[in-house]
Amino acid sequence: MKNLFGFLISLALGIVLILVLADTSAFPAFGDVNLADRISEQYFNITNVEEVGSANLVTAIVVGFRGFDTLGEVTVLFISALGVAFIFGGVKQKRLDLNFKPNFMLRVGSNILFGIILVTSIYIIFHGHLTPGGGFPGGAIIASAVLLLYLADDRFRSNVKGFKILEGVAGSVFVVIGLLGLVLATAFLQNFLPVGTVGNLVSAGIIPVIYVLIGLKVGSEIAGIVDNFLTEEESA
Amino acid sequence: MIQYAAIILFVFGLYGLFTNRNVIKMIVSLNIMEIGLNIFIVSIGYVNGGAIAPIISSTQDLGLIYVDPLPQALVLTAIVIGVGTTALGLAIAKSIYKTYQTFDLDEMGESA
Amino acid sequence: MTFYDIISIVVGVLLLVIAFLAINAKKLINAVLFLSALSMLAVVSFVLLKAPDVAITEAVIGSGLVTALFVFTLLSVRGRESQ
Repeated sequence: MKNLFGFLISLALGIVLILVLADTSAFPAFGDVNLADRISEQYFNITNVEEVGSANLVTAIVVGFRGFDTLGEVTVLFISALGVAFIFGGVKQKRLDLNFKPNFMLRVGSNILFGIILVTSIYIIFHGHLTPGGGFPGGAIIASAVLLLYLADDRFRSNVKGFKILEGVAGSVFVVIGLLGLVLATAFLQNFLPVGTVGNLVSAGIIPVIYVLIGLKVGSEIAGIVDNFLTEEESA
Repeated sequence: MIQYAAIILFVFGLYGLFTNRNVIKMIVSLNIMEIGLNIFIVSIGYVNGGAIAPIISSTQDLGLIYVDPLPQALVLTAIVIGVGTTALGLAIAKSIYKTYQTFDLDEMGESA
Repeated sequence: MTFYDIISIVVGVLLLVIAFLAINAKKLINAVLFLSALSMLAVVSFVLLKAPDVAITEAVIGSGLVTALFVFTLLSVRGRESQ
């Protein structure tokens, strides 16, 4: 009975959505979009691109034009990490038992791989304004490197306090850079550094700086969440 | 074509949320809904005909046609928020298990 | 019917089939693994939609970290049941 009810509601919703989608006068057909109608049109202006200086337009929007949204988004991630830490709580914590003993090869190999993954993440973060990538995927790759260490060694505990400090410092410097924009230029998070040539590694003003901070913050937050999931309260 | 698949994916997730009584399965259904919506939002910005990824190599390239970068920027942050909410949901599921020794919502009511 | 259309139809059908399997899986671990496969296919569709930034992020987070978090939750539960 309950199953039938849920099935009927989802079926009705699906039919309505597909009918709306199929009506091309209400909703533009797939791929048939005129960018002149969209607000994105102005991001392609030559003056705008030279003012922001980021070759990757997605990065220009995420950090440049809509940096304040990104600050709020990073805050949401911070609050959810805080909530996870709050729920798991507990003062005395021990590692979750994975029921296996790592041998010598696994330990050495995972340490070498950790370095390679870390270098990849640094490359992705620093080229965020030139190629696809940036602070969000780069930070997630840092967290995956930490996850590898956790999986390869059943005794490993990372320095959680260090992660917390790193996260706080990165978030505060983000806000301080925004306030510097308010003081040195005209608005919060406004660019106050020289832009340089579009396409160079050192270009785009404050965008690479902010993306590095976002990468550190996202990486340390997700690594903290992984640590919370792999520890449990010491049962008496 | 992929737009319809995304919509049906969203509806599948909703159906899973209605019918499953297991907390972990409900979080999986939420994730399926999220993936469907992300694909749909990105697909709004797709432009036919010589559209290339929104990366310019120099300011002379600006005459070309690009896909709309704004939905991509929105989805980029939405995915990262998604992992935060999923982690919070799983943490709540784990503490539910600690109290009731089950993930099933119906069994939970009986044992309480 | 271009090559692009054929690929997008194949990816769309696979997305729906795997989502159906994930919702109706009997074992929890199977549902989680189907979810991981689903995000891998979502990466393919993001590449088809010319969104490389989103594809990289989804590849790292969707199929790596989220799956790991689900598996850790199930593992911690399994450990307590056997005691």
